[in-house]
Parts: sequence; structure tokens; C-alpha cells
Amino acid sequence: MNFIYELHRTMMSEKLILVYQGDFTQETTKSILAMAERNLDSSGEESSTKRKVFNVMVEALQNIVKHSDELVDGETRSHAAIFLIGRQANRYSIMAGNPIRKTNVPNLQKKLEQINGLDKDGLKDLYKEIIKNTTISEKGGASLGFVDMARKSGEKLEFSFPEMNADYCFFCLKVNVPRGDE
Amino acid sequence: MEILNLEGTEDTPKIILDKKNGIFEISGRSLPEDSAEFYRPVLEWIGNYGAEANPSTEFVFKLEYFNTASSKLILDVLSALEDIKGMKIMWYYHEDDEDMEEAGQEFSELVEIPFEFKTY
Repeated sequence: MNFIYELHRTMMSEKLILVYQGDFTQETTKSILAMAERNLDSSGEESSTKRKVFNVMVEALQNIVKHSDELVDGETRSHAAIFLIGRQANRYSIMAGNPIRKTNVPNLQKKLEQINGLDKDGLKDLYKEIIKNTTISEKGGASLGFVDMARKSGEKLEFSFPEMNADYCFFCLKVNVPRGDE
Repeated sequence: MEILNLEGTEDTPKIILDKKNGIFEISGRSLPEDSAEFYRPVLEWIGNYGAEANPSTEFVFKLEYFNTASSKLILDVLSALEDIKGMKIMWYYHEDDEDMEEAGQEFSELVEIPFEFKTY
């Protein structure tokens, strides 16, 4: 039973205000958003920060819903992914993790590196470029999510792909949103 | 023309398209699971309206929040409105919401319709 306390201590030391693990659907997305909004409201967070956090949360959650790969391991199939929000004195961190097939890693990594290589104006141009020239993909994503997260964050997207097994990696994403006006 | 009237929900905007009373408005939050499906009736309505449009139309966007999948469809809505004579977009944003103001400016750069910006 001690793992409960250990988990609690980890959450406290990492300053996590919300952790969800499991299946992600539009319904869970709405519940998580409502919970996080109440938390931000009750802590009296500035509205511009609240809006940016909300914005990044929506994109991160809907990315999981639409793009997380089903983990198939023998007989076991799982959609389990994780979503976390941390609150430090100077920033919020929106974090997400989900299984991804190794074959899908290079494309995703390239996309993220491209975004991290751009400044504010570069991101704006890329956003307009994508919105003008793409149609919604069959999964319903407009590949705009990461660009939008980077714009709302104002910082680089942090990501890694630790290996799960021969076929899968775990895509970890961390997006920081500064608190206060800047 | 029939009125299109959709009640807003926690993840879809309120929409009123009413030719007779001259009310054309999309407001609230837009983060539906399937944005293309959600906006299909709106695009259809606008397509029909284009054939018998009022001499002038003020189309109001008063959005609190929209996700990136919706932004693509909002551009589709604007592109459909672009072909209608006498069209004008009223883009509302909360007075301290710079991101929504900027979003409106970016849309205005992507279509050939006059935009008027207003705070609420």
C-alpha cells in the first residue's frame, strides 16, 4: 500500500495539480478540462494565463484522442495514455504521454523539430500556411495542434520517445505556459 | 429560408443563422470532436444563403475559444462567405484576449472580406 504515499509524494514534489491515466475520449477530455478550469479559477489565475493553459490542454488532449496508437502486445490491447498538469511559481506545465508505433516516430520528430526551429513570426507563417493548404485529415486533426501549442507557450516544445518494446515508443510531450503577463 | 439555430454546449458554439431577421452569429466555444461534421450544416446553410442573400450581411463571430481543428473550419466558413456580396465580418474578442484578436487578424489576412474588430 505504500505506493499510494509514494505516488502522493511524487505528485507533491513535482507540483502536479492534475494527473489522469487511462482511455482518452472526447468525454474524458471535457471532464479533465472542467476540472482544470475549476482549479485555475479557484486559484485566482490571470485570465490570459488561464486561456493559454486551456488552449494547450485542449490540443494535447485531442492529440491523444485522435493520434495515440493502440498498444498491441500479444493478446493485450491498450489505449492507455497519461496526462498531467504541473504548477510551479513561474509557469504551468502541460504534459502528455502516449504509445506510438516506432514507424511513426521519425515523422513526428521531424515535425516537432521543425516547429522548435521557428521564432514567433515563423510559427505564425507556418500556421497560416497549414490552415490555408490542408484539409482536415481522416483522423480529424489539422496538424496545427503542435504549432498552436508552441505559439501559446512561447517556449520550445519538450519531447522524448523512450522505448516501450520492439514496436512501440512512448511519446512524451511537455509544454510550458509562463504565468503572469509575459 | 429556414433558420439554423444550434444551442451552444460546453464544446460546441451557439449558432444562429436567420436571414429574415438579419442575424448571423457564431459564439461561445468550439472544440467539437469532429469539427468537419459539426460545421457541415453551417456551410450548407451559407451555400444556400449565397443564392438569395440580403443586400448586406453582418456576420458575427464572438468566440471565447476555438481549437485548431475548428480554426480550419472557420476558415472554410469565411471562404464560403467571401463569395457573397455585401458581406462584412464582425469579429468580437474579450478586451484582454490578445490571442483572439490576433486570430481574427490572421483570418482577415486569409480572405477578401472586410473585418470590423470589436471588444466585449
